[in-house]
Formats: sequence, structure tokens, C-alpha cells
Amino acid sequence: MNEEQTTDYAIKLDIFEGPLDLLLYLIKKNEIDIYNIPVALITEQYLQYLKMIKSLNLDLAGEYLVMASTLIHIKSRMLLPEPEEPEEEEEDPRAELVRQLLEYKAFKEAAANLSQRPILERDVFTRAALLPEETEKAPSDEEELVEVSIFELIEAFHRLVTRLDKKELMEIDLEKMSVTDIINEILDRLSSEKNVTFDELLGEIKSRRRIVYTFLALLELIKLRMVKVYQATAFGVIRIFPAVEMEA
Amino acid sequence: MESIKAIIEALILASEAPLGLDKICTVLPQVEKSELKEILAALVAEYKERAGGICLEEVAGGFQFRTRPELGQWVKKLKGMKPASLSAAAMETLAIVAYRQPIVKSEIESIRGVDAGHALKVLMEKKLLRIVGRKDVPGRPIIYGTTKKFLEVFGLKDLSELPTLRELKELNEPAENVVPVEADEGAVTDEPAEELPGS
Repeated sequence: MNEEQTTDYAIKLDIFEGPLDLLLYLIKKNEIDIYNIPVALITEQYLQYLKMIKSLNLDLAGEYLVMASTLIHIKSRMLLPEPEEPEEEEEDPRAELVRQLLEYKAFKEAAANLSQRPILERDVFTRAALLPEETEKAPSDEEELVEVSIFELIEAFHRLVTRLDKKELMEIDLEKMSVTDIINEILDRLSSEKNVTFDELLGEIKSRRRIVYTFLALLELIKLRMVKVYQATAFGVIRIFPAVEMEA
Repeated sequence: MESIKAIIEALILASEAPLGLDKICTVLPQVEKSELKEILAALVAEYKERAGGICLEEVAGGFQFRTRPELGQWVKKLKGMKPASLSAAAMETLAIVAYRQPIVKSEIESIRGVDAGHALKVLMEKKLLRIVGRKDVPGRPIIYGTTKKFLEVFGLKDLSELPTLRELKELNEPAENVVPVEADEGAVTDEPAEELPGS
């Protein structure tokens, strides 16, 4: 990877769970009653997220844009004055979206419940285990579980970018840096320190470029299943661990 | 009675897959089915009371010896395997199919709000899902259902053992317009199950 390529680095992420997941995340974050969603607020935050995702050069799935237009449509319908003599019972413009969110939420919980069951070859084992070739093949075609949602990672990234000293952005950054370098740096640190936080990774030099590159490096490492990312509490410190124990 | 219990225990241990009651019946035709059931229940209780490293579980319509869930980390060490985990997208897709089957891709996508193609592919490769037929609507979309392996992997006796879904008010649509598929490969029979409405 040479210097030129790194500047327009684009990543396609499959770990985004979709627009409904993002909406549920926003609802939880704002501690909103799902049956009474403040559409203006949620729309604004939703669009902000899309902006953030775009600024990272991440591929934005079309479904996110469809949801954005749905939200704006609902918002505009909520602004319309109620007819004085309603011909028939007008449905709340949000009803369909709420129904969709509830349904998705129910299945998300069902999926979580399923994952918590004692799973064969993870928690329980039988005497006649799966055929060897099947177990060997398994890791290649599955994605690693990411314990921190991608939205939380983006949020951490956003917090750091906004914390930046504006003046610093004016400086011309001549520091030679590539995502590859940062990936190697992260791996080096993980092999000696076992785990690091996102903040620690950035070190003292918190330039925008540095933050963006570190973030991209981290996403790449997650994608390659070389690191695991954990968070003890919601909005807490994000900690990065090597996915497998590395030899020091 | 004691010897029959011992025989059943041996059968379960020697069986590769969960051993169904019917199979036990064919080996022990002289014993009443109801009596076999009782003995099996006693055997399960024995293992439970012993609280050792082995559990006797009823999964996927049969009985199987399994290690105790709490001991997973030790067995994993022995086998040196990475835990086989599914992505959140795959888990959600699997849950939707499990509760709503038979179901087509577009129905899954309308619930999750995103494309389900990749997740379905992964789940099919892992043999957790199978093709149960094709819906007789334009495009003849594939209808998905869960497999016996799904029950085995998640330690379920049958689908009715799935915990009740919260907020699930809508009724599952009846399995209409299903063209049965004999094999798992998804070979499609040519004769349509029903005429297309309005064509």
C-alpha cells in the first residue's frame, strides 16, 4: 500500500446492522419512549450519523438513505395541522415505523437469547464431535463477534475529532503515516501490553489525520479478526485486545 | 428394568446423532414405548442428580450425552478450537427464520431492514438453514426453514421449545403456496402447487 492509496481508503463494512439498528441505538441512547419518538430529534441525529459514516469514507448502504427519507417524510407529516373534521381515524405517521422497530427489536432479543443458549461446539460437546474437516473449515467463513457496536466506535471517533484544537487543523501535516504503519503499531503495542484503550492508542499526538488513520486501522484489524474490542459499560472506555494470544 | 436402562444408556453412547425413541424401540421391540419413556426420564434424572461432567439431554427429537455447559472452557482447551460464533447479522437472520418459517428472503429483509443474502449464505453453509420449497409467486423465491442441525446446535428438543417471542402479535402466515422440495439441494419440481392468482 503506498502513500497515495491511503488517502482515499474506503472500507466496506458488514458489521453495520442496518438503519433499524441505528435507530434503536439512538432511541436507547436518548432514553426515548419507543411509542412516542420525537421524530425531529431522532431525524437530526440519524442524519448526523450518516454524515459521520460518510466522512469516514465508509460505504453507505442504500437502506440507510431510504430510512433517512422515511424519517423526513414522517417529520413533515407530523408538522401538518390536523384536519378539523377527520373523515376517518388518522393513524399516527410514526405507527408503521414503530411497528417495524418493535418487530426488529423482538428478533434482536430473540437472537441474543439464542446466542446465550449452551451452543454445541462452543459450550457443550458431544462424544461424537463434528467431523474434523468441518471444524477446521469453520473459522474461515464466519465473522468474528464484535462486542462493541460499530456506532459506539464511530461515536468515540467523533468525540475525539470534535475535541481537537481547531488551530491544529490549520497546520500542514507533513508527518509520513499510513494505515499499514498504524496497524503494525497497534499490533506491536498489543503484543507488549495485552490490551490498550482507544485513547491510549492515539498517544499524545492527536492530529485529525492520526485519529482517522488509527480508526481505519482499527476497523481493518477488526475485519481481519486480529483484535477484539470490548466496552465494560455503555459509552465507557473502549478497550482493544488481541484476538488470539500473541507471543511476546 | 435395570438391564434395560443399561442397554438404553449404551445405545445413546454408541449413537452418533441424538438417539430417537423410535430407534430405541426397534432395538428393544419387546418393551412398551411408555415404559421406555419412563426409563429414559429416570436415566436423565440420574445424570442430573450426579451433576458430573456429562449431561443426558433431549435435543432434536433424540437423546444425547453432552458435556456440562459450565465446563466448556476446559473442553475447548483440549480441542484447541476457536469458538464457532456467528455474526450478529447471521444470528438475527437465524432467529427470524426460526420463528417465522417458512419464510422467503424478502420477508427477512423487511424485518431487518437490510440485505439478507450474505447472512443466508453463511447459515446455509453451516447447515443451520435449508431450502424447504419455492413460493409460487412471480420470481418463485426460495423458502427457508431451519434444519435438524439447528436444533442440535442450540440444544432444542423441537421448535416449540424456542422461547416465546416478545411483542410478537402478528400471526405466522400459513405455509401456503409451498412447492415441496425433496432434497436439500433445492431442486425444484416443475409442476406448480397452485395456479398463480390472477394470471
